[in-house]
Amino acid sequence: MAHLSSTIALEPTQDRTMILNMGPQHPSTHGVLRVILEIDGETIVRIMPDIGYLHTGIEKTCEAKFYQQVVPLTDRIDYLCPMTNNLCYALAVEKLLGLEIPPKAQWLRVMMNELTRINSHLVWLGTHALDIGAMTVFLYCFREREDILRLFEAVSGQRMMTSYFRIGGVALEPPLDFFDRVRDFANRFPSKVDEYENLLTGNPIWKMRTQGVARITAEDAIALGASGPTLRGSGVDFDLRRDMPYSGYENFKFKVPIAQEGDVFARYLCRVQELRESIAMVQQALDGMPQGPIKADAPKVVLPDREKMKTQMEALIYHFKIITEGFAVPAGEVYQAVESPRGEMGYYIVSDGTAKPYRVHMRSACLANLQLLPKMCEGRLIADVVAAIGSIDIVLGEIDR
Amino acid sequence: MLSIESFVAISLIKTVIALFVLLTAVAYTVWLERKVVGHMQNRWGPTRVGPFGLLQPLADGVKFMFKEDLIPPHVYKPLYMAAPMLAVVFALTSIAVIPVGNSISIGGIQTSLQIADVNIGLLIILGVTSLGVYGVALAGWSSNSKYSLLGGLRASAQMVSYEIALGLSLVGVLILSGSLSLREIVDAQSGTYWGVLPRWNIFPQFIAFFIYLMAAYAETNRIPFDLPEAETELVAGYHTEYSAMKFAMFFMAEYANMITVACVASLLFLGGWHGPRFGPPLLQAILPVFWFALRIFGFLFVYIWIRGTLPRFRYDQLMAFGWKFLLPLAIANLVVTALVVAIQS
Repeated sequence: MAHLSSTIALEPTQDRTMILNMGPQHPSTHGVLRVILEIDGETIVRIMPDIGYLHTGIEKTCEAKFYQQVVPLTDRIDYLCPMTNNLCYALAVEKLLGLEIPPKAQWLRVMMNELTRINSHLVWLGTHALDIGAMTVFLYCFREREDILRLFEAVSGQRMMTSYFRIGGVALEPPLDFFDRVRDFANRFPSKVDEYENLLTGNPIWKMRTQGVARITAEDAIALGASGPTLRGSGVDFDLRRDMPYSGYENFKFKVPIAQEGDVFARYLCRVQELRESIAMVQQALDGMPQGPIKADAPKVVLPDREKMKTQMEALIYHFKIITEGFAVPAGEVYQAVESPRGEMGYYIVSDGTAKPYRVHMRSACLANLQLLPKMCEGRLIADVVAAIGSIDIVLGEIDR
Repeated sequence: MLSIESFVAISLIKTVIALFVLLTAVAYTVWLERKVVGHMQNRWGPTRVGPFGLLQPLADGVKFMFKEDLIPPHVYKPLYMAAPMLAVVFALTSIAVIPVGNSISIGGIQTSLQIADVNIGLLIILGVTSLGVYGVALAGWSSNSKYSLLGGLRASAQMVSYEIALGLSLVGVLILSGSLSLREIVDAQSGTYWGVLPRWNIFPQFIAFFIYLMAAYAETNRIPFDLPEAETELVAGYHTEYSAMKFAMFFMAEYANMITVACVASLLFLGGWHGPRFGPPLLQAILPVFWFALRIFGFLFVYIWIRGTLPRFRYDQLMAFGWKFLLPLAIANLVVTALVVAIQS
């Protein structure tokens, strides 16, 4: 804690205040966030977030891996939206390689990415509501999340750490009845969102707890680097999917929900609306799913099919080479940003021309969004801190990396 | 006239029975809550111990008894030990004056279904339950932990504030029935209005019933007023530092209080044990108790239902709700009731 004592004064600054330590083990700091509060009664005088309790060293680990071996690491940065991280990393490396991704893979990626967004927002909604005391919503959200996780399992073999998107495409052709199952879910889901909204949106207690709480102005949000629904809740109309399209997002029609108030309720409305938009995009992806290959035609980068490996000598050799030596990526650097459920998730990759990245840096949306917390909470009550933390939707794995 | 020996003997027997019934009811209210909330939330609730998990309360009891009873080194021991006992004692005491039915005669002895038939029963209940705040406040203070302290502070402020609205909401009923004896209040509710509507106090006093309901939730620290133990803010509030049986005692106290307020609501607003009586004499004797239990069950069910539905208030909103809304409403209700009664007489 040497760094802590130098940056954060743990002594109360006034006679009538006391220091309250929230976390890293606390039911509502969403993982291992530590927040140090200086309180006067129940009123917050100062609030100091302290991060680093979930440091995994993933960024550094990436430098010791072949490019394709980094994909499973990206799942583990933000464990609530693994595919978004997969996508961002794959897009960045593909940009360096100059790979062309076949349309079907792109559409699959968009579809899975939107399902991931729903998955992530459901966890957010459930835990956020739980923090404010509405326990039932939590279990309702996890019921639908379970359906999505089953879809993930069907398509990738894993519920959470999917690693489904690979450099050059996606890992596997989806199973036969997969699209029917997705369509079934997409048909059911809007009524479930109504159900959550019935319990929360019009609820006077929910409104009292969220409206006007943890307000942040658009200027502050931009100045502190906020992005995603946290930014859009303050009335800034910015969404990378629409404004800097990637992976075929330009083919989809969707609205970017924004709200003006900048309070917890505004951010809540934005995300709930995003649930509806995302499921509509899943429907569009199902309706317009092109036919064709799911991997780029780049035998030196993309692993061959199992079938070909057993019948064609070249395929076997490529497979052996990719697995044992990786593939060289042209020297250069690239920054690729995607709209993750939490905001702008970016991967900055430097290649020195070898098969391992020289440097991988992840731009974390949560880290920037967390900076808003002191601004949101000062002068408010302890209960508002909980609501504010919930409303910026942080994942500590992504913050600490 | 009973001799003093038989009076003591009968009272003791009734106390034992009442305590047994109450504690069992407490245990099964916990079971009911877990089951009902579970089903509301797409879960099963307890299923493993016994059929429908019916033996779960026993298993929990055994677990609490055999768990290590940790006493953190930084607590102020005398009060830390006393607090849960105070909470549970005050929670259980009020059952003494609650009647559960008319008098019955067993073996030639006429006795009322009530441990002590005092003519100020309601005052005793109000007094004893408000002492219960000491258990919570002392637990929060003596634990010497910041979260407990905040929980204890919240609890004392909340209980003291809502006590007033709670008391005032009952005064309307007292004006109507003209007695503080619970038995007489229930008797005043027999019969019907215009031959159809039961003569329950809830009909002329529905605003008072609403106030009582709200205040009772706050008094018993239940959602949406469960701020003293709001686990997402204060970890566990006033009982953060308690474990094993001491923790279980707070739990028992909370549920016993729930049952007490359910009893009071049934007696004061819902006509107590009045209901259709038919069949053989034995059934006739049991039915009133059954109707009474049914009302309590209904009240507890609403408690649980609300828990499954609503989020939690914030501390300042809770105080504002109590002082700026419930209290004026209670006073207005009281004034109107008094005026109407005065004009009628």
